[in-house]
Amino acid sequence: MEEEKLTGSEETSAAKANGLSEVNRAVAWDGCSVLLDINDGDRLVFSRLSPSASIKIGNKKCSLRPLVGCPFGSLFTVETGPSGPHLSRSAPSSTGNCVEEISKDEGQSVNEIRDNRSLIDNNTAQSLSSEDIEAMRSEGATGDEIVKALIDNSSTFEKKTVFSQEKYKLKKQKKYAPKVLLRRPSMRSICETYFKKHPQRTGFMRVDTLSMLLSMANVGPYSDALVLDKLGGLVVGSVAERVGGTGYICSTYFGTVPYQIDIVRMFNLSSDVCARILQAPFSDLSPLQNAPSECAMSDPSDVRPGSPETAQPDPSNELLQDGDSLLDSRDNGDDTLTGQKPVKPGRKAPPEIVKSWKDNGFTSLIIAAPEMDVESLIMDLLPLLAYSAPFAIYHQYLQPLATCMHKLQASKMAIGMQISEPWLREYQVLPSRTHPHMQMNAFGGYILSGIRISNSNTGGVIEDKAA
Amino acid sequence: MTMMVAVDDAQKLSFKRPIADGDTVIVYERHDCMRAVTVSPGSELQNRFGVFKHSDWVGKPFGSKVFSSKGGFVFLLAPTPQLWTLVLSHRTQILYLPDISFVVSYLEIVPGCVVLESGTGSGSLSTSLARAVAPSGHLFTFDFHEQRASSARADFQRNGLTSLITVTVRDIQGEGFPKEHEGSVDAVFLDLPQPWLAIPSASRCLKPDAVLCSFSPCIEQVQRTCETLRSSFTDIRTFEVLVRSYEIKEHCFAKSVSEEDGSPVGPPPQKRKQSTLPANKSEKTESNFSVMAKPCNTARGHTGYLTFARLTVLSN
Repeated sequence: MEEEKLTGSEETSAAKANGLSEVNRAVAWDGCSVLLDINDGDRLVFSRLSPSASIKIGNKKCSLRPLVGCPFGSLFTVETGPSGPHLSRSAPSSTGNCVEEISKDEGQSVNEIRDNRSLIDNNTAQSLSSEDIEAMRSEGATGDEIVKALIDNSSTFEKKTVFSQEKYKLKKQKKYAPKVLLRRPSMRSICETYFKKHPQRTGFMRVDTLSMLLSMANVGPYSDALVLDKLGGLVVGSVAERVGGTGYICSTYFGTVPYQIDIVRMFNLSSDVCARILQAPFSDLSPLQNAPSECAMSDPSDVRPGSPETAQPDPSNELLQDGDSLLDSRDNGDDTLTGQKPVKPGRKAPPEIVKSWKDNGFTSLIIAAPEMDVESLIMDLLPLLAYSAPFAIYHQYLQPLATCMHKLQASKMAIGMQISEPWLREYQVLPSRTHPHMQMNAFGGYILSGIRISNSNTGGVIEDKAA
Repeated sequence: MTMMVAVDDAQKLSFKRPIADGDTVIVYERHDCMRAVTVSPGSELQNRFGVFKHSDWVGKPFGSKVFSSKGGFVFLLAPTPQLWTLVLSHRTQILYLPDISFVVSYLEIVPGCVVLESGTGSGSLSTSLARAVAPSGHLFTFDFHEQRASSARADFQRNGLTSLITVTVRDIQGEGFPKEHEGSVDAVFLDLPQPWLAIPSASRCLKPDAVLCSFSPCIEQVQRTCETLRSSFTDIRTFEVLVRSYEIKEHCFAKSVSEEDGSPVGPPPQKRKQSTLPANKSEKTESNFSVMAKPCNTARGHTGYLTFARLTVLSN
C-alpha cells in the first residue's frame, strides 16, 4: 500500500484500510478462491488455489500454481514447455483496441467498400489442415503464430470487411491461443457467473436485483442483518461482504437443518468477517422461545410445507469443471493454507448474541427463498425486526408478493412498501457499432420492500389519514 | 447524534435506541410525502395533519407513530441513505436507488475502501458510498461549484458523515484528481459532462484491477468515454438500469345468491387505500377476495448510461 503518498487524515484511513485489506486483497494467495475466466467469458470456473489445483483447457491440463502471487486481473496463456502445458503470465491483450485503430487509420474508401456478397461458405477457404497445425504446435509455435498462419493461408480473409476480419481473428485466437484471466471473486462476479452458467442454483438472482436488495435493506456497518437465504449462500455472502467485520449476519432457517450456504466460501471473506456469519433456527429467534434449542431434535411443527430443505442439489457436482472444485474442499481447505486459525462461516449463534438480537431487533431483513411461502415467512420474520428497519423480499412470482403487500398494509405492520421489477440492459459501445447487446435477459425477479413500523397507539384519536 | 450510517455499535438502530434531541428523523406522512426534520427542544412540525411537538418524539423508538394536536399521525423513521435520497433538496439532478445500488455493487466497494467521486452534486450517491466504505474507509468527493460543495458539506455534517466524507472544491475535468491520491484508490465514480478529460488522472489514482464508473445521460458521451478508456482499461461494460413498479388492488366479490353475479364489490382502486374488509378474519375468507397487481403507468424512462471499466493489470 502506498501510504507514503497520502497526507494526514488520509493516512489514518489508509492505515485502517490496511487492517481490513484482507477483505480486498489484490494478489492471489495460496488457498484463496478464484474465478477463472477463459476466453473472455466463454467459460467460467470457480476454483481454489490448492497445491493440486489444475484446469483443463481444450485437451491440456495445466496446474494453477503459477497463479499464486499474481495480482487479480492477470492474464495467462497456455504455453507448451519441457514439462508439458503450463499457464504462463502474458501481456494484456489489445484485441479490443485493434478494431478501434483499424477503423480510424484505414477508413474504408468509397471505392473499396467490402461486403460478403461473393463469399461462399463451402469449407474450402483454409489451406492449412489440422495435421499442419499439429505439426506447427509440436515444433513449438505459439498460439499467436498459429493464428497468423491460419490468416495467411485463408483465401477469403482479404475479401472480408474489417469487422469480419477481426471476428475471424478472435475466433481463431480463442481456439489456438486461449486466454485465462484470473478474477477475484466478489458479489458481482459470483452472482453474474452463477446467473450466466447455473442460474437455477441461485434462484435466477440477477446482479442488479441483488444490488437493490442490499441497498433497500440498508446493509451496512454494524448491521444486525437477518437473512433467509435459500440461494446457496449467495445472499449471506453478499451481505457479509457489505457489512465487513462489524455487526452480525444471522442466516436463519426453519426446521432443524440449516440451509446450505456454501457459496459464502467463494467470497474470500476474512476470518473476522466469517466470524460474524452465524446461523440460528427460527425457533431460537422467535419471541415465543425462551431458551435456544441445544440439540437438533426434530420438531415437525417447524418444518414449513413446500420447503425442499433436503432437496438442494449438491453444488460440488454442478460447478466442478476439472481439478479441484472449490466446493469439494469442505473439510480441510482452510486450515493449512492461510496459516491462520480459520473461522468457518455459519457457526451456531451463541445464546448471548441471540438474546441481543431479541432485545435490540434486527436492523435489516432480506428474504430470498423463491420456493417458499412468502406470506407466512414475512409474518414470522418481520416481528424480529427493530422498528423503522427496512426489509426486502425477493421472489420470482408477482402474485405472492402482491398478497403479502396487501396483508402487511391491512395489518399495519409496515409502510413505504413497493413492489419493484429491476430492468437491466447492456450495451456494446464500439465505433460505428454502438447498440444494445443482441441477447438480453428478460427477467430478474421481483422485490417487495418496505419499512417495519410500530403501530401501537400511544394516545390520541386514531384517524386513518396517513399511510 | 444522527446515525444515518452507524460508525459504532451504539449508533445502530435498535428497539432500545430512542429518538433524542439533535437527531434527524424522517417524517413519513405518505409514501410520496416525507421530509427530514432535526429534532430540537421546543420546536414543532406543522402539516396537513396538525401540529406535532418535537418534545413528544423524544424518548420514543424510531418507527413510532406520533400524533398531532388534532389526532392526525405520522411515522418517525430513522434516516438511511435511501430515505435521504428521497428527501434531500435537489441542487442538481440526482441518482436514485437503482443506479446507486448497481454502482456500489459494480464498483466492488466494501468497508475500508478509498473512493473518489466527482461531481458531488446534491450528495445522493455520496451518502450511499459513505455507507459502503464505513467505518474505516473514506470517500473523497469533488465538485467545481463552491456553493454546492458547501451545501453538500452541510448535509454530511448534519447526517453525521464527516468522518467518512471529505468534500473539496476542484475542477476535476480541468485539473484531474489531486496527486496525493495516486495509486491508492479502490474505486472512482465520475458524473461529469466530459468524463474523458478526467480518465487519465483517474487511471493514475486507481490501483490495478480496481474499477471506474462513469455515468452519462448521452450516448455520445459514452462513446467518447469508452474510446478514451481503451488505452489503460479493460473489461469495459456499459449498462442501463431501471426499475418498474407495481401497484396492487383488492378485488372483492361478495358472495351473493345469484352466482352469475361476479361484479366486483369493493372500494374504488387506490394503491394505499386502507382495507375495507371486515376485521374478522373468518368473514374475509368467506367472501371471494383476491389481490391483483399491475405495473404502474408511469416510470422513469432513462437516467443515464453506466460505464464500468477495470484498470488493466500490467505484467511486469
